[in-house]
Amino acid sequence: MAVKTVLNAVNDALRTALRHDERVVILGEDVGKTGGVFRATDGLQAEFGEARVFDTPLAEGGIIGVAIGMALNGLKPVPEIQFLDFIYPAFDQIVNEAAKFRYRSGGEYPCPLVIRSPAGGGIKGGHYHSQSSEAYFAHTPGLKVVMPSTPHDVKGLLLASIEDPDPVLFLEPKRIYHKKFTEEVPEGFYTVPIGKARTHREGDDVTLVAWGAMVHVCLEAAEKASERGVSCEVLDLRTIVPLDVESVLAAAKKTGRVVIVHEAPRTAGFGAEISAIIAERAIEWMEAPIARVAGFDTPFPYTLEHVYLPDAGRVLAAIDHVMGY
Amino acid sequence: MASEVLSILTADGRVSPSAVPDLDDGRLREMYRLMVLTRAFDDRGMNLQRQGRIGFYVPSRGEEGLQIGCAFALGKDDWIFPSYRIPGLAIARGASLETMLHQVYGTGRDACSGRQMPCHYSLRPQNFVSISSPIGTRIPQAVGAALAMRYRGERSIAIAFFGDGGTSSDGFHLGLNFGAVYDAPVVFFCQNNQWAISVPIEKQTRSETIAIKATAYGIPGVRVDGNDVLAVYAATKAAADRAREGLGPTLIEALTFRMGPHSSSDDPTRYRPKEKVAEWEKDDPLRRFQVFLARRKLWDEEFEKTCVEEAKEAISAAVTAVEKAPPPAPETMFEGVFETPPAELALQRDALIRLSASGQLTGRDDGYFPL
Ligand SMILES: Cc1ncc(C[n+]2csc(CCOP(=O)(O)OP(=O)(O)O)c2C)c(N)n1
Ligand SMILES: [Mg+2]
Repeated sequence: MAVKTVLNAVNDALRTALRHDERVVILGEDVGKTGGVFRATDGLQAEFGEARVFDTPLAEGGIIGVAIGMALNGLKPVPEIQFLDFIYPAFDQIVNEAAKFRYRSGGEYPCPLVIRSPAGGGIKGGHYHSQSSEAYFAHTPGLKVVMPSTPHDVKGLLLASIEDPDPVLFLEPKRIYHKKFTEEVPEGFYTVPIGKARTHREGDDVTLVAWGAMVHVCLEAAEKASERGVSCEVLDLRTIVPLDVESVLAAAKKTGRVVIVHEAPRTAGFGAEISAIIAERAIEWMEAPIARVAGFDTPFPYTLEHVYLPDAGRVLAAIDHVMGY
Repeated sequence: MASEVLSILTADGRVSPSAVPDLDDGRLREMYRLMVLTRAFDDRGMNLQRQGRIGFYVPSRGEEGLQIGCAFALGKDDWIFPSYRIPGLAIARGASLETMLHQVYGTGRDACSGRQMPCHYSLRPQNFVSISSPIGTRIPQAVGAALAMRYRGERSIAIAFFGDGGTSSDGFHLGLNFGAVYDAPVVFFCQNNQWAISVPIEKQTRSETIAIKATAYGIPGVRVDGNDVLAVYAATKAAADRAREGLGPTLIEALTFRMGPHSSSDDPTRYRPKEKVAEWEKDDPLRRFQVFLARRKLWDEEFEKTCVEEAKEAISAAVTAVEKAPPPAPETMFEGVFETPPAELALQRDALIRLSASGQLTGRDDGYFPL
């Protein structure tokens, strides 16, 4: 076991996968010699060679289109999209191609690829280096969407994604790439199952549901709430599609009060889906309306980033609201 | 031929008089002054970032010649669809240093209230269209703006700037094809600085040149020495004139070199040899022009000193003024999403203001940009 950051865990998972399975290849802008702009692929080209870890021309549609072809024909590509904000030129390839290949070919052409991309805000990146657009992709049947929040889960889920027979969009909350969130990570190969949520903190009064970097904001809010005598359960979805509905419903029923927290704009964010599922299947357990704390319905701002992003204060206000109902 | 490179300025400053564009002495000196100002602005931008006074900066060091050459070749009513690496073009078109720096600092007095990252200017008075980060998107947009000009019978044109990396993007191919099909009054200007972050041009394309790509779209492609301010002026003027005459688009490939890092967060020593940089430094666009001006008795140490000192003073004065400006108020974040804010957004704004007033917000302004 070694203590690792989220970023080290990504690098470790990729190295492990390259060693473990010779079908794995990595492609993307700047992933080669310089090891990616965040250094997620640092040292991989030197270790595994240019045939397995290579730079691409600047065209996301090309990166994903080529990766799809590789996946159809026996490789396990792990393309990187430098920032999630730049994935849109590849939207067609992902939504109309990768996600539908298995279905439209009656299973003749499965498309197992893992698209990695740093996502979300918190690095002062303005409109185009901050978006948390998981909801667009969650709306696409045939595509799995994973967004873990700790080094241990990042490594295990990335390896599970690479093992998965279907296309996975693997979102890395870049705000927690670095030191603040280190954790012991097992050596070598292990997986964390896709589609299973994780309870980070047990509680009886309010259930906080989050994924990615917002899990840590919820943990901070839960700590503060406990000082006021309110006990919070913190559920980390880890996977958005397929959603661990069972865990969501169990956690919701346990406390009867739910606050869902995400960075993405509130309208049609994935929180709406969770809220709807709880309303449909557990409304009689609810002691208060389901609350959402989310990014605002504006493009992601630069100077006011720290005001835009949900913080522990906003989560606490929502906790107060559901407690006071 | 798409492989010849138009060049006017030579290393020793000896230039055949017939090749020199028709620019009077005053204009030539003004070009030089603006190149010095551009470099000083970039140097200061990088310093401010190093000192932690701004979060991020994109330097254009090494590309001053092409910026000022273009600035003089284009008209006031022409529309610029800029790259993030042409601050000098904005300054040369009359954007004030304070305006530029309010954007870089993201102050409350920035035209868009600090909504965008540094170096993503939007300067309507200069017809300098708001910059976005995604590469290539602006190229077909320039075609559309140009078609609007033609539709109204105007003589102006549009020009799109993008890098060598940008020529791989969808936008490049869309723009060239649409522009060509409609004979749009547009110029496509590629700043071929040899690198797209860490990816060298050899890994970006197998085409022998970028200019040659124009041939496939049925439009002319020209190569020009991008460190030669006069050659860039001549090539851009010719392409713009052609567009104005209704003869359609031109692709210009300006050969230059990114002398600095990709941005304040990049470390180019990880991926490119120092010798390559040193080689291009000898070809500094400022020095090339200086030698030429000196031969014509338009440059001396005295003029150099004046240019440098005036630039530094003007920038310092602007920095001082801008650093006094307050940050944008939280409610400005909700403005301008639509012309009229939807009721739901107004509710979100009001809730935030209530929380902020009661001191309940805990978010810290500690984001750090790693790229
Ligand atoms: C669509 C898209 N993908 C990736 C990026 C990230 N990125 C920013 S600049 C850059 C390289 C651009 O190189 P080039 O076009 O040559 O312009 P230069 O920076 O050299 O001026 C990349 C990959 C982006 N901004 N947009
Ligand atoms: Mg370039």
